[in-house]
Amino acid sequence: MMKTDILIIGAGITGTAVARELSRFRAHISVIERGADIAEGATKANSGIVHAGYDALPGTKKAFFNVRGAAVYGNLCASLGVPYRRCGALVVGFDESDRAALERLKERGRTNGVPGLEILEKEALSALEPSLNPEASCALNVPGSAIVSPYELAFAMADDAALNGVEFRFGEDARSVAPDESGAGWIVDTGSSRYQCRAVINCAGAFGAELHNMISPEKLTMVHRRGQYYLLDRAETLPFSRTIFQCPNAMGKGVLVSPTVHGNLLIGPNAEDIENPLDTATTPEGLSFVLRTAQRTWPFLSVRTNITNFSGIRAHLNTDDFAVGAVSGCENAYEAIGIESPGLSSAPAIGEYLAAMVAEDMGLKRKDEIAAYVPGPKPFHEMTGEERDAAVRSNPEYGNIICRCEVVTEAEIRTAIRRPVGARTIDGVKRRTRAGMGRCQGGFCMPRVAEILSEELDCGILSVTKDGGASRILCDTVENMLKEAGRDE
Amino acid sequence: MNETYVDILVIGAGPAGLAAAQAARESGIENLLVLERENEPGGILRQCIHNGFGLHRFREELTGPEYAQRDIDAVRAMGIPVECGCTVLSVSPERVVTCVSRTKGFRVFRAGAVILAMGCRERPRGALCTPGTRCAGIYSAGTAQRFVNLEGYMPGRRVVILGSGDIGLIMARRMTLQGAKVLACVEIMPYSSGLNRNIVQCLEDYGIPLLLSHTVTDIRGRDRLEGITVSKVDENRNPVPGTEIDYECDTLLLSCGLIPENELSAGAGVRMSPATSGPMVSESFETSVDGIFACGNVLHVHDLVDHVSAESLKAGHAAAEYIRGNRPGGETIPVCDGEGVRGTVPQSIRKGAAGPVDLMFRPSGVFRNASAVVENDGREILRKKAMIFTPGEMSVVTLKEENIRSLTSGKLTVRIERS
Repeated sequence: MMKTDILIIGAGITGTAVARELSRFRAHISVIERGADIAEGATKANSGIVHAGYDALPGTKKAFFNVRGAAVYGNLCASLGVPYRRCGALVVGFDESDRAALERLKERGRTNGVPGLEILEKEALSALEPSLNPEASCALNVPGSAIVSPYELAFAMADDAALNGVEFRFGEDARSVAPDESGAGWIVDTGSSRYQCRAVINCAGAFGAELHNMISPEKLTMVHRRGQYYLLDRAETLPFSRTIFQCPNAMGKGVLVSPTVHGNLLIGPNAEDIENPLDTATTPEGLSFVLRTAQRTWPFLSVRTNITNFSGIRAHLNTDDFAVGAVSGCENAYEAIGIESPGLSSAPAIGEYLAAMVAEDMGLKRKDEIAAYVPGPKPFHEMTGEERDAAVRSNPEYGNIICRCEVVTEAEIRTAIRRPVGARTIDGVKRRTRAGMGRCQGGFCMPRVAEILSEELDCGILSVTKDGGASRILCDTVENMLKEAGRDE
Repeated sequence: MNETYVDILVIGAGPAGLAAAQAARESGIENLLVLERENEPGGILRQCIHNGFGLHRFREELTGPEYAQRDIDAVRAMGIPVECGCTVLSVSPERVVTCVSRTKGFRVFRAGAVILAMGCRERPRGALCTPGTRCAGIYSAGTAQRFVNLEGYMPGRRVVILGSGDIGLIMARRMTLQGAKVLACVEIMPYSSGLNRNIVQCLEDYGIPLLLSHTVTDIRGRDRLEGITVSKVDENRNPVPGTEIDYECDTLLLSCGLIPENELSAGAGVRMSPATSGPMVSESFETSVDGIFACGNVLHVHDLVDHVSAESLKAGHAAAEYIRGNRPGGETIPVCDGEGVRGTVPQSIRKGAAGPVDLMFRPSGVFRNASAVVENDGREILRKKAMIFTPGEMSVVTLKEENIRSLTSGKLTVRIERS
């Protein structure tokens, strides 16, 4: 039995935000995660937008946390060294009914306290975004909309939390949560371990409602809403400098076309309700819908430079709102679930809010000293010649380029593995360093990344996985396979 | 930062770079440097341990490493410096080259001429937009080749190969010989883009079915690949419902085309050809940027390394002539793709150029008993008959010096004429 004061279930953007905020208090905190790494669920597969807050209905938790989260995002990302850019957004309308919808959004935004919203007319649009479909007749200009690298933010928040004493455990799938008969707390069973905690916090993403319903008399229903994407190659100049939305509908904010913080172009998502919360496959229908719809924004869209497709799953509650706070009908149980869009935008505010609530209920004292999280050095890719020279002088491993496409060095890959919550998998290295994120998708660097992982983790290369679990990249040595096949002579 | 001057800087020590360097030295260039990002010279030939290389150039059948070794030995014997483990980071239009290595750190060179010889890379899954999961077990054929041939590891046991490019065909045989089961080779086109000898020796000899006009339409498996679905495609390459075949496999190898690796070229402002994805060059392999040359697979993807070497020798000589101030003069005649032809290289010819000049291109489809016709301003100047033109094999027509002298203003067009 593992004992901890506070057990956070789920290491996505919400779980890591809560963990980081709580790590400032005197308590033993553990985070368990069913995946092999931070950010394995919705956090790694979403649009990466920090919404300004015009879309959520006034008075909802979504509106409250979105606007507060968006306000702190810039500073948070700067202090953690996470890529973030306030690139602005346009919500584009094509006819009079769209215009009416945009007016409603503008009004809603004003009520929610979003500054700078205005309706732009056709003439202004082509000047701002020349690639935009000339049939667009108007748009809501959202200067406060921003883009961020969601998983990099989760990594940084997890590292910060770990530096301040939070323990992270992976491959731990909370199968049951039950009251602790021996006292006022909870027992969480993961099959491999049992955790005894004074307080439990459910940040379990797609599994949030399932865990909620194990303990709360007030049942919630969750819908798994999948969204598929195209990610296009980086280019010197992208066709759009802002995030371009179409008018939102009941299923979500619709298909967007947006630059990413790393200079790619992201296109998606569709919205389809599915049964299995782990089914992140892409489908021909889903991808072709995304393409057709996005062509309304960008008529010249071609996927010739597509480098990958992916899908993510939004956890949609039947209440159409987040559930954030104490779990109804339970003591010492808290939750942040149903964190679909604008969940990424809201995460910092949810973390702050929930941590304050838990700390107050448990009577936790703030630590006298907090270990300062120092962001890693600038990526080699972004360094000037002088900086590169200095970097290689200080560590020759900067002189060894492992990923050609994204120009990632051996030094950076080793650092990513040695971070407080370091990479353990090929994908973990990829998301932390961008090695394998480029146009060749790891064709050249993957074998070398695997080799470095096996060195750093002191394991054989055969046990290196793409993304944990059974995702081993190799099956055996050539020698063994030949013996097996009886061809070893 | 301090700049070091070199007359000719060659980027890449694969077959293209090594041949270009030899030619430049033979033409009398002393101050010459080859930079290679891998730890050894030889390029992708190092992992091509099968034979069939060198029949044209050496009149012998060599393995990839043997072929490479001949160039490596020749370069060494000539005393040409080849620096390995050194990645070029940028090339400017003024031919200022930055690079980095573990041992020598970050450096800046200024080159009289630059020869781009970075080779090509494989088209990844993303470029195919194949739906399904993103599990482990999906690799480009070349990545699998590196694991098996250079590192001694097997990527899987039950394999399907998508695409019938040469590396895919070679890997079908390799995986079979190493004890894996190769279930099928699936090709979306109605013909293979691989060499015929590879289809016979790598698939037919081992009873591996080649499914033409088929493609992978679903990929299954959460952690590791568990299975795929293959469907027939119609003439527009759209899957035909009801033709699905399921395969249980743990590995999918992709051999769906090679793309010249031109990130550095683009950074130097070199004008690119949409047809070849490589730089546009003159008959002396000079790009649109003064003093920057390109040869080998970075220019256009070849089928045979022998042809890479032959082309690169010419590029090396041309770069040396450039350093000496000798450049062909005369009017520049553009070379265009006509019907049935894609990606003709070079894209222009100067009238003062010495002959012969090879016009290299890929047929856009399969043509039997047809002729390649070269026209200047609508006037036929050359005709070459062949039993078959196929996209799997690069075709060549050679302009003699008298053809070049006789060129009039206006463009040259290469087309294929059915008889």
